[in-house]
Amino acid sequence: MDKFIQLKGLVAPLDRANVDTDAIIPKQFLKSIKRSGFGPNAFDEWRYLDHGEPGMDNSKRKINPDFVLNQARYLGARVLLTRENFGCGSSREHAPWALEDFGFKVIIASSYADIFFNNCFKNGMLPIVLSAEIVDNLFNQVFAAEGYKLDVDLSAQTVTTPSGEVFKFEVDAFRKHCLLNGLDDIGLTMQHQDKIKTFEAKHQQAQPWLFN
Amino acid sequence: MAKTLYDKLFDSHVVHEENGTALIYIDRHLVHEVTSPQAFEGLRLAGRKPWRISSIVATADHNTPTNGWDKGLAGIADPVARLQIETLTSNINEFGAKAYFPFMNKNQGIVHVVGPEQGATLPGMTVVCGDSHTSTHGAFGALAHGIGTSEVEHVMATQCLVQKKSKTMQVLVNGVLGKGVTAKDVALAIIGKTGTAGGNGYAIEFAGSAIRGLSMEGRMTLCNMAIEAGARAGLVAVDEKTIEYVKGRPFSPTADQWDAAVAYWQTLHTDSGADFDTVVTLNAEDIQPQVTWGTSPEMVVSVDGRVPSLDLAKNEVQRADWERAYAYMGLTPNTPINEINIDKVFIGSCTNSRIEDLRAAAAVAKGKHIAPNVKLALVVPGSGLVKAQAEQEGLDKIFIAAGFEWREPGCSMCLAMNADRLESGERCASTSNRNFEGRQGQGGRTHLVSPEMAAAAAITGHFVDVRGL
Ligand code: SF4
Repeated sequence: MDKFIQLKGLVAPLDRANVDTDAIIPKQFLKSIKRSGFGPNAFDEWRYLDHGEPGMDNSKRKINPDFVLNQARYLGARVLLTRENFGCGSSREHAPWALEDFGFKVIIASSYADIFFNNCFKNGMLPIVLSAEIVDNLFNQVFAAEGYKLDVDLSAQTVTTPSGEVFKFEVDAFRKHCLLNGLDDIGLTMQHQDKIKTFEAKHQQAQPWLFN
Repeated sequence: MAKTLYDKLFDSHVVHEENGTALIYIDRHLVHEVTSPQAFEGLRLAGRKPWRISSIVATADHNTPTNGWDKGLAGIADPVARLQIETLTSNINEFGAKAYFPFMNKNQGIVHVVGPEQGATLPGMTVVCGDSHTSTHGAFGALAHGIGTSEVEHVMATQCLVQKKSKTMQVLVNGVLGKGVTAKDVALAIIGKTGTAGGNGYAIEFAGSAIRGLSMEGRMTLCNMAIEAGARAGLVAVDEKTIEYVKGRPFSPTADQWDAAVAYWQTLHTDSGADFDTVVTLNAEDIQPQVTWGTSPEMVVSVDGRVPSLDLAKNEVQRADWERAYAYMGLTPNTPINEINIDKVFIGSCTNSRIEDLRAAAAVAKGKHIAPNVKLALVVPGSGLVKAQAEQEGLDKIFIAAGFEWREPGCSMCLAMNADRLESGERCASTSNRNFEGRQGQGGRTHLVSPEMAAAAAITGHFVDVRGL
């Protein structure tokens, strides 16, 4: 997994609450057996005017000029600013894969659905929770200033605005450690192999039917 | 110390804990074709093997077609879908599993229907699956939740999941549900009250006399929808109904293991005096048949209600949400629910495709016919076994005589990954769990209801209170 330490990036505002993972990457793209290549189909139904299917040449499709991520001023955005309960619905990890492949490394919202939130960290992305008031304030700033960038520092747990305003955010210590060092969960867990084996033996003795 | 059921299940599976992050041991890993290929690929690339093959039960469900089975795999018109289904088979062949029910196997079906009916889901287990509706299995007093593909790989490689303990919420529903009011209506009424984010960060235990009164099928419907309230896990305590359901299933314990198992399972309830972080209370008598009107399960009203007007929205964000929902759903505020006409009906999904659901829908459809404006009414059993049972009871004949199509098992139009879908602008009465934009097909409009209410809508061509039919 890639490390995440600090990033200064252009911010794209997706001004909606309850954006679900079906919207982030529609189901037809879940048929892929690969882990990459979902970026061109992120937000497919909002982004294009026609119906997308896997295998289409996306460069030939009609884009929806009204969709925020298609606006020239947000091209190359690395930070996605959005509203409450982002990533609700299906557990598909294709959602963070698509967002990352699209170019986002950081998401800022007032809350997230649990599974999506967790999936982000597994893919080197940082979902930041800020209060609804701060998020609202950031939306206003982004709309007001073209080329608006935020400076996100994971070690210091801060988001800094162009005017120098600093917002602190919380992040779980273990997840922070993994992101900062680009650590893969499986490798870390394997360090506890002996404990797993000991637990398993005891568990099997107590509830042998689980191991039939 | 008095413990909640969630605490008991979580604590009894902790392998290791550090700074509030735990490794918990996973007893059952359910696998399907959509969220597993990248996990198997990850194992392959790292040269890893599954830690305990006997924990894995797999089936194909999301992409599988619900007709044309006489043509076999060749009947799957979409080559990308076919490849994914074949990839699951080759992965299971390579890595192994306790059981695999491939496409067209007589036990194949929606993973959350198959697990319980095989006895692969047992009380006290930790159950995971790369699917958010894994919460369904909590109906058995099991700690069950959906995981992402990286976690699927993690569980395969280590038999553990990295987890932080959730907060606990008790949803208490006391009283007796009225006639025609089902577990689905209870679930939607709860979500209407808590909102779809209300359960974020929580494990919900459903309790109270109305929940005790539900069948196991009903409890599965309810726990299935816990994720739509934002909770990763839903739970119902073990009682005689749980044990009765589990008894004699293919993977259930037998002989002397059975008695030991039952003795343990009987401890799987919240101790009196245990504290929940939050308690939500509903009166069973107040719950009417529910119909969602918008693009989130929380946009729900009783069948005798109306599409709410903007002045009822609680803040600006919700106003904007509702305005978008009116436009997407093609509805105007204050429209009475029972004046909304439908184009299609879908009875199926891991929420409502079990035998009890099909019986209830068939009882409404019996001797009647779908309305002329209903273009398609699909009944998709949750599994091959449900289908066989329904056919033995003659339910298929009732549906077919009433103008419904009787299909092969799978996820089908719940998420429209196969050929079953809504066309843009079509309106559907659906027994599934999500009414998100595009969920049942791009531009499709979904209204979530119970099986009885879906059948009633099919017969009349619009939403109607099934109790008055
Ligand atoms: S029936 Fe629907 S919700 Fe259930 S597992 Fe299948 S796609 Fe997911």
